[in-house]
Amino acid sequence: MSARLRARLAPYALLLPGGLWLTIFFVVPLVAMLSLSLQQGDVVSGFSMTWHWQNFTDGISKYHNQIIRSLWYGGLSTVLQIVIGYPVAYWIAFRGGNRKSFFLFLLLLPFFVSFVLRTISWQFFLSDNGILLGPLKNIGLVSEHFHILATPYAVVGGLTYNYLPFMVLPLYVALERVDNRVVEAAHDLYANRVQTFRKVVFPLTLPGVFAGVLISFVPAAADYVNASILGGTQNTMIGNIIQNEYLINQTYPEASALSFTLMAVLLVGIFIYARALGTEEVLEAAAQ
Amino acid sequence: MTEIQDATPAVHTDTLPAIELVGLVKSFTSHGEVVQAVKGIDMKIAEGEFFSMLGPSGCGKTTTMRMIAGFDEPTAGEVYLHGGNVVGVPPNKRDVNMVFQSYALFPHMSVAENVAFGLKRKGVAKEEVTRRVGEMLEIVGLTGREKRRPKELSGGQQQRVALARALVNNPRALLLDEPLAALDLKLRQAMQVELKRIQREVGITFVFVTHDQGEALTMSDRIAVMNDGLVDQLGSPREIYEHPASKFVAGFIGTSNLFSGTVSEVVGAEAVISYGPDERLVIQVSTGQVRVGSEIELTVRPEKIVISIEAPHGNGSAVKGTVTEVVYLGTATNYNVKTSTGADVVVFTQNATSAGDIAVRGDSIWLSWEPRHSYVIGA
Repeated sequence: MSARLRARLAPYALLLPGGLWLTIFFVVPLVAMLSLSLQQGDVVSGFSMTWHWQNFTDGISKYHNQIIRSLWYGGLSTVLQIVIGYPVAYWIAFRGGNRKSFFLFLLLLPFFVSFVLRTISWQFFLSDNGILLGPLKNIGLVSEHFHILATPYAVVGGLTYNYLPFMVLPLYVALERVDNRVVEAAHDLYANRVQTFRKVVFPLTLPGVFAGVLISFVPAAADYVNASILGGTQNTMIGNIIQNEYLINQTYPEASALSFTLMAVLLVGIFIYARALGTEEVLEAAAQ
Repeated sequence: MTEIQDATPAVHTDTLPAIELVGLVKSFTSHGEVVQAVKGIDMKIAEGEFFSMLGPSGCGKTTTMRMIAGFDEPTAGEVYLHGGNVVGVPPNKRDVNMVFQSYALFPHMSVAENVAFGLKRKGVAKEEVTRRVGEMLEIVGLTGREKRRPKELSGGQQQRVALARALVNNPRALLLDEPLAALDLKLRQAMQVELKRIQREVGITFVFVTHDQGEALTMSDRIAVMNDGLVDQLGSPREIYEHPASKFVAGFIGTSNLFSGTVSEVVGAEAVISYGPDERLVIQVSTGQVRVGSEIELTVRPEKIVISIEAPHGNGSAVKGTVTEVVYLGTATNYNVKTSTGADVVVFTQNATSAGDIAVRGDSIWLSWEPRHSYVIGA
């Protein structure tokens, strides 16, 4: 092999391991699932390809409420994550001093315990006569019938708690990257703290907000753990339905069709969001 | 290029200094140790002056500037801006603006938005903001680039935006923190002239922080040479260059040749250090500055020394030496000479009329200069 040919092939050779990995574990299952979503049959007699598009329309007409609820819960929890996470990231980035890594470690510490276990401990904590509500009910601060579990609040709260680190980390990275001299320049040019934040710091961290929203909204909207552990029967999300279809009803084609519908809805949503917010127009608007 | 209407004349009848520093001290704690970055600075900067703070890194010049701007608060001492004490006043309430070393432009804003930032915060009417931004961009030569982002500009253009962004507010004083350090030599020299022109045009007090002595000498009305948290010397470029007050100033500003010896004779305003029958240093001194027997150090600038093959006439300094190196520089030639007294001396000779080198390496020559060109330092 000539040196030139080798040089030309080198990039492809380097792509090979990753490419193979993605093909085997991403493309193949995706195609298999897409084909499954158009089949008919049952687990016992097997499934056969009949181009049954009705799997999609049926799924949407039956479960559109859960899809909308998922987007709503996911969106709400994402907004809450920004509201809670931004000050945390800001504080670590600008006031953390030489303890920054320690605070970031604290932020990631919950990941050392399983996601499900943490959610179950919330269930324990929030239960109707548990360690939070029990004493409050005993002293009569809240009524005997008050409950948090099995409400949308519990589900959105759980989602917010579980995905908060995914919001804080990109926000922290963006804030950390803001040049302190630019902040000083704003102060020097007569901007007070609030104006400096609104006109300079926040616009400069919009890419971080954008990234944080992407990586926490998508899993939050598709989540089923929080709704099943904290949400009771009235607050099911589309994730719960898909899980149920696959594992309980074993109606694989319907489940696959629903999975694809959710994926399509999220992709379209992200695309619109990226077009609306990911471009420089936002920055320009903020600069005005 | 136009004049801006509200420019104030460079010369003020006003006697209040634009900036006055009194006993300014700044200490930092680093790793549990208290470090004094500024150890007590007193200075007055006059209205409309181009004032430089010159010194090596770590001399406290930037810290001093940050205390004037309000980013750092002094540990002790006072900062007066036009007579008013501003210690404790945040930067956004001080009527001074700063040009940062790395420009610190707002990357998400256009050139015009960057320049308009301060005026908008001050609540200036929209039409006036547009007018003044336009005028300022014209002064710095950036008309037509209003809509560009900082990253789409060259280093020199970014520099001009930073300058315009500060100057458009018509501040009491403009603080410039090594603003030319990031530019290449050609551009830096062009900007030196440009800065001086703009300063004359707008008549605002410029306080210029630099470690580049050439830059400070070229542009300043007065220079404060700083070393180790203190002002070593404050004076006009000529005073500082020709009468360095300390060994540090002599060494930091330009090249200087140091001699030392014991005074053998004082006649009127001249002291003599005698090395032999023909070799001597004759130094201009003030009354009572030195006595016979004093050990003194003196400095002579390289361009003041004359090289000759024959023993010089007259009663100035005369020292024998051997040429160790000849460096041809085009407009001038540098001779490195080892004197008979053991000192290494640099001599700078203009090539205005000479057709060839006066001497070559290894030649024995004479060095001579007039008494008024050597100064006793640190006495």
